[in-house]
Amino acid sequence: MYEGPVQDLIDELGRLPGVGPKGAQRIAFYLLAADPADVRRLVDALTEVKDKVKFCTICGNVSEAGQCRVCRDPRRDLAVICVVEEPKDVVAIERTREFRGRYHVLGGAISPIEGVGPDDLRIRELMTRLADGTVTELILATDPNLEGEATATYLARLVKPMDLKVTRLASGLPVGGDLEYADEVTLGRAFEGRRALEV
Amino acid sequence: MPVYRDEAVVLRTQKLGEADRIVTLLTRRHGRVRAVAKGVRRTGSRFGSRVEPFMHVDLQLYEGRSLDTVTQAETLEPYGDRIARDYGRYTAGTAVLETAERLSAEEREPSLKLYLLVVGALRALAESQHTPTLILDAFILRAMSIAGYEPVLEACARCDEPGPHRYFAVALGGLVCREHRPPGSASVSPQSLGLMGALLSGDWSVADAAEDRTQRETSGLVAAYLQWHLEHGLRSLRLVERQ
Repeated sequence: MYEGPVQDLIDELGRLPGVGPKGAQRIAFYLLAADPADVRRLVDALTEVKDKVKFCTICGNVSEAGQCRVCRDPRRDLAVICVVEEPKDVVAIERTREFRGRYHVLGGAISPIEGVGPDDLRIRELMTRLADGTVTELILATDPNLEGEATATYLARLVKPMDLKVTRLASGLPVGGDLEYADEVTLGRAFEGRRALEV
Repeated sequence: MPVYRDEAVVLRTQKLGEADRIVTLLTRRHGRVRAVAKGVRRTGSRFGSRVEPFMHVDLQLYEGRSLDTVTQAETLEPYGDRIARDYGRYTAGTAVLETAERLSAEEREPSLKLYLLVVGALRALAESQHTPTLILDAFILRAMSIAGYEPVLEACARCDEPGPHRYFAVALGGLVCREHRPPGSASVSPQSLGLMGALLSGDWSVADAAEDRTQRETSGLVAAYLQWHLEHGLRSLRLVERQ
């Protein structure tokens, strides 16, 4: 539609997740009109992210060095591993400041309909980490959706012979919500996991 | 008909934008429908688990040009929760959903029989009525029959000579006699033939009593038969956990 470089830019932007043809066109024309220094900063950030960012050799989280910040930290508890689907889940849990152990990033969840099976995730690496007996608790923090539940079920069954404490993040009512809008499964889980109120 | 209400089984979900999902539904009266469930990925979403795969729901939808929008959802049966608690059931169930999606080729083409069959298969999986792979094979055979691909098990698929015959040719649609068997057709044990017949007719006392070896052979034939007629392979089938 447009001449050479402009159309190339629109095509490339259009390949990004969540960006449609109209959005790609809008971003392309914004960049055309933008200050060259701003565009240079964006280009540098893109190049740097591909050049410098690697995956942690221990947990699979994004990292600038061979090992990520959490795995390098000597104050973290080596006996607990929290299994998550994506690096962004590590950030979400770190924000809570509740967890002092280390992580293991699977790189997704088991989803047969998308062709993703256990061999496509970093499950073998997890089993290697568990093999030396340092870890005593495994927290399964996969997403509370169907694929996440099935992945947690699969992992729990896989590590059963290892005599570990295996826990799953609790499901229940979101803080700030109305009880009447809770769906049956969530409300059922909230009942299942209810706890004594200490006053 | 901008707003309509229907019962549905959620076949598949895909992420859309920041917090939305596109859900593929098999509905009772409107066939396969794709709709947007807005904000469903937020933890405080009012839909919650209701529009997850395997869920049997009563929905209100707003008709759109290409995609409809889910406006209300009520759970009829939360099959997803019970199916996902067992890995074998989950993988077999996913293959049921993918088969249903592929066999309902046209959107908004009602197929009540397929819908009822999917609901029945999910209920059987959730309640652990039989081995998950047997439920899957029974579903595939019956769904193929509804789609017009019922395998011929009583006579030769080519010359109609009454059986029993020993050879199974997926390309010809079932059993074939010695004379008409194409090169490379599989030789089938009488036990597997019996099991296929039982799965098609719903004779579960025979099916449940089948030996593991017979079940494996039957599953192989059923999978080959399905994949041949669908032309493209089913992604979830290779990940089904076999006993």
